[in-house]
Amino acid sequence: MIGRAALGIAAAAGLLVLPFYVPSTWQNLLITTFYYAYLGQAWNLLGGYAGQLSLGHAAFFGFGAYVSVLLQMHLGISPWIGMFGGALLAAVFSQGVGYLGFRFGLRGFYFILLTLAAAEICRLVALHLSILGGYTGIFIPFKPNPWQYQFQGKIPYYFIALALLAFGSAVVWLVQRSKFGSYLVAIREDEDACEALGVDTFRYKMIAYGLSGALTALGGTFYAYYQFYLQPNTVLNINHSVDIMIRPIVGGSGTILGPVLGAFLLELLGEFSRTYFAASLAGLNVAIYGVLLIVVVLFLPRGVYPSLRGWLRRAGGSAE
Amino acid sequence: MTLLVAEGISKSFGGLHAVQAVSFRVADGEILGLIGPNGAGKTTLFHIISGFLPPDRGTIHYAGEPLAGLRPHDICQRGMVRTFQVTRPFQRLSVLENVVIGALQRVPHRRDAIRIAEEMLALTGLSEKARNPGHGLTIADRKRVELARALATRPRLLLLDEVMAGLNPGETDRLIELIRRVHAQGITIMLIEHVMKAVMSLSQRILVLSYGQLIAQGAPAEIVRNPQVIEAYLGEGYAELEP
Repeated sequence: MIGRAALGIAAAAGLLVLPFYVPSTWQNLLITTFYYAYLGQAWNLLGGYAGQLSLGHAAFFGFGAYVSVLLQMHLGISPWIGMFGGALLAAVFSQGVGYLGFRFGLRGFYFILLTLAAAEICRLVALHLSILGGYTGIFIPFKPNPWQYQFQGKIPYYFIALALLAFGSAVVWLVQRSKFGSYLVAIREDEDACEALGVDTFRYKMIAYGLSGALTALGGTFYAYYQFYLQPNTVLNINHSVDIMIRPIVGGSGTILGPVLGAFLLELLGEFSRTYFAASLAGLNVAIYGVLLIVVVLFLPRGVYPSLRGWLRRAGGSAE
Repeated sequence: MTLLVAEGISKSFGGLHAVQAVSFRVADGEILGLIGPNGAGKTTLFHIISGFLPPDRGTIHYAGEPLAGLRPHDICQRGMVRTFQVTRPFQRLSVLENVVIGALQRVPHRRDAIRIAEEMLALTGLSEKARNPGHGLTIADRKRVELARALATRPRLLLLDEVMAGLNPGETDRLIELIRRVHAQGITIMLIEHVMKAVMSLSQRILVLSYGQLIAQGAPAEIVRNPQVIEAYLGEGYAELEP
């Protein structure tokens, strides 16, 4: 127990000093990892715990990005406040999509298609809104000011991304230990059995969707002020929804460490294939990334973390 | 006192009249058996009572309140809980956690729910399997998990759908004993059962359904002598067992 606590403190201290000792490319790698791990946690609440697979989380992300940026550029409202506006709008949007999906009993593939369609509608609408810059997108003028979420250098972003991940993980941790979290997992296992036992499955799925959407939107605000450029075909693209969901799935959906582990692994995998294969043949790195991804999914169908936990337990058992 | 009143319940699936104008009452504190040949509409009737299927016609009142339009969880919250004929344990959850989900119906905190769940596991003889996952349980244990988590919701009326099916004689005897103990705690029970030994020894009253129609109701001793019932359901096989 003491060993575990010490390990935790050492890891936390390590993460706090790490960015000061690594080159800028590494900083970027870590920021992306934390940020996708955070989005993975948000997605995991709905997809991993409640078992309602969403292929449309880019839409929530877009609400977070665009609402905070519009509020800042046009009304001068700080993104630190605006991001909650985005989260609120994302939650409202989730309730609309969720109502359609859950009230009419869409399950499995049909729910996935609904979430995908909802995100695609958002993308197409965004492309035709002149205030969002159409195909050109929005460039956010860079004026360093912490109150406006704009920082010089990468280190502040590193800490914001780390804080987001810590916050998202804390939310999931609390959910996991609550009645709400217990119900979500049971809903994933068998909705009819839940109903028979008095669980209002519709209500809990709606709450999970709203929470997941709102958390995802906060990640969108971070993205906007890290990239300083928003374009509907990247922000609201299905690829982006896949990016959000793939990490918790690879790492182990429905577990708190899954999204974190998945984010680290895929970031390393991506970096590795870029470094060693991108130069030799265009697109080879993406192909290799894909092949490695297939290997992981094929051999660890429940995700890396649950398999790892199983091995460690067996190893621990044999050592005793 | 009457706990449940069903009046004129009908349900058709296309051209199949699964349940036709069935009316019956469940008295507070009784054990009511529901029997009938395969396909008689027993499970359909349970689906309707528990809110999983809307009836085409007819009304159901539970504890004086109409149940029309209520969803299954509403009905469970009011104190009526059902088990499934085809058991549906939460596969990737432990046996304990399966029962905790039921217990959370009455208590907001997991630690209280865990305590209730442990009591229910002790009652149903599952304590030693608390940590086993829901998948890979034997039929007998799956039936017990169904029962334990239904009981954890603290029901007033318990609907049991063929909890004896697939059990060996020893297991059946133990489950009959368990149902008696549950009943002794003041829980009203309505049970669908094919195992005659169970339904005859447990029920104070029996309803007989055949081709969706209620063809007889009465005490077990009357039911086994009712010629219509013997013809429709018990058949010669059971008649031979009678002296």
